[in-house]
Amino acid sequence: MKISFPRMGNSYIGFKHLCEGLGFEVVVPPSLTQKTITYGARYSPEFACMPFKVLTGTYVEVLEKGADVIISSGGIGPCRAGFYGVLHEKILKDIGYDFKFIVVDPPMANLKDFYNNVLFLKPRNLKWGSFLKKVRTAWKMLTALDGLDMLVAQRRAYELKKGDTQKAFETAVSYIDSAETYKEVVEAETEGRKLIERVPCDETRKPLRVGIVGEIYVVIEPFMNMDIERRLGEMGVITHRSIYVTTYVRHTIWDRKAEDYIKDAARPYLKQMVGGHGINSVGETVLYGKDNYDGVVQLAPFTCIPEIVARSILPKVSRDYDIPVLTLHIDEQTGETGVQTRLEAFLDLLREKQKVLGECS
Amino acid sequence: MSQVIVGFPTTLTYYLHYPMWKVFFSELGCKVETSPMTNKKILDEGVKETVTDACVPIKLYHGHAVALKDKVDYLFIPRMVNVDSDKNITFCPKFLGLPDMIKASIPNLPKIISPSLDRKSGHYYLYKACREIGRQLEKPASLIFRAYRRAVSIQKKFEKIMVQNKLNPVEGIDYLFNSGSCSERPDADLNIAVLGYPYQIYDPYISANLMSWLENHKVRTWTMEMVDYSQLQKYSGKLKKKLFWHFSNKVVWACYHYLDQPHIDGIIHVTAFSCGPDAMVDKLVELECKQRNFPFLSLMIDEQTGEGGVTTRLEAFTDMIRYRREQQG
Repeated sequence: MKISFPRMGNSYIGFKHLCEGLGFEVVVPPSLTQKTITYGARYSPEFACMPFKVLTGTYVEVLEKGADVIISSGGIGPCRAGFYGVLHEKILKDIGYDFKFIVVDPPMANLKDFYNNVLFLKPRNLKWGSFLKKVRTAWKMLTALDGLDMLVAQRRAYELKKGDTQKAFETAVSYIDSAETYKEVVEAETEGRKLIERVPCDETRKPLRVGIVGEIYVVIEPFMNMDIERRLGEMGVITHRSIYVTTYVRHTIWDRKAEDYIKDAARPYLKQMVGGHGINSVGETVLYGKDNYDGVVQLAPFTCIPEIVARSILPKVSRDYDIPVLTLHIDEQTGETGVQTRLEAFLDLLREKQKVLGECS
Repeated sequence: MSQVIVGFPTTLTYYLHYPMWKVFFSELGCKVETSPMTNKKILDEGVKETVTDACVPIKLYHGHAVALKDKVDYLFIPRMVNVDSDKNITFCPKFLGLPDMIKASIPNLPKIISPSLDRKSGHYYLYKACREIGRQLEKPASLIFRAYRRAVSIQKKFEKIMVQNKLNPVEGIDYLFNSGSCSERPDADLNIAVLGYPYQIYDPYISANLMSWLENHKVRTWTMEMVDYSQLQKYSGKLKKKLFWHFSNKVVWACYHYLDQPHIDGIIHVTAFSCGPDAMVDKLVELECKQRNFPFLSLMIDEQTGEGGVTTRLEAFTDMIRYRREQQG
């Protein structure tokens, strides 16, 4: 039995180790390329959102490589992502692939299903104790990866030689990838952090601070957003985002009140949960505004419903808090140069604004 | 004091709940002003006010709101959250955020009445919504309660006559408030189920007169409003997971329902450009029809819809069905 799953940033490392640790053969989802998108666009409905298409493409690629079980996440709506599983299965079976599709819904949505999915993943002869230990190690790996991500987003803007931080980051990720036990993961994380912090820096700089909001998949997966955090970082900007794989899992499963402060911030503009990260995009922009960030970039997949709702509200937030917002729509055609040009123009605007404000005060 | 005028855009929930709100506001002593049927001007205004990648129905709603805003004291934009017995079935996120979107995008609006219709808030959710509106309009509780009772009973009658007399919502509204009778239908040799959201297929402008074209070409149309909701719900177990959206579920279930009816000759799914839920629904309906080898046409309508494009495709589709029937003898 060969297991596979969708790819989202570096999280595949954690999932790969978990599945291998449980004794499955893993087909690692290949990094996203134009080929993935071509497959995805061919088999998906025209107006499906971008993450749907990319997942279709990824599934076709892993099925071609011989995977016969695919694990994916579910959801409870009203964002379309919660329904991906049902439709993906129908589409892929219609193409002619034969495989088992496991959709993991949040436990509170359907406890029995969740339990059955866990039973499927847990080999019979493995004790519950050691099963949980393996899950804990994988979780630690995921948090470590996210931690590194957060760190480099802060550090890139200070580096003396462009690209050094990225190199250190990639080495640090490979440390974590080669760890096996919980202890090794912790060590790898510490080593990785040291490596990134040792990159020669100019601490006297006063970089711009930009918040990144938007739909989870395009925010997390660098291929989708043209590696926006690195791009901005190397243009001398500190970026901040609140969506990471581990925070998302934690906030949907057990720490469900953790995002209440974001929803409260959004309430004057959007009173109703609209699914996905729509309300978060509004609330986080308000918070970035209050926190005196220099700007916000909203990342939205083409036709993403919650982000369209957020987008029509954001201009008002932007006016009220005097914080510039740039919306980037991501579709099959998104080209690197287009994004680069728009980001450069946006940063010019932010710098000019900073200068004018500086002169005034 | 002159009569308070409440504006009701003639789109989206108009086709679902208009009789109820019309009666409710009239009983409260308000005048209900509806926007004109969709026309070029409304569409253009909508396109101008809305973010570019919103779907056509949302753009139209903005257009209707603009058409009403200077004529009324209040604009009525209900927030549709949940009206099903299943708590997980809600509406498209654009419906959920609609009052907020309108407030953020259209300048100089009149006061807005936007009660939440949320069955999760308890058994008397509808009364709660009505009470909220009544209080906003500063009406006495007894009047609100009486208006609520009348509104609910007319809504029930509305839904009943549509199922009994096989009427669509536009005919149903006409039956209730104007004629009190239903017109004879022209002869037909084809029976086609036209599935899609009521605010698309019954809006003659945006659907390029789809329904009347069919009626004029000897096709009897069947829509999801003509089936009792409990009848539709029987099909709710067909998919591994119900869809999250009220209208979309109705479309998918109606598809299963009509596929089981022997007198139906074909299915047309009407979908709007860049409609999010429909990207899912259209594929589901298509795959289902493909599996059963059943005639199926997916018709996409957009801001540019010209009658020519639609009628050509309808002609081809109906010809194909008639030809197929001849072949099968």
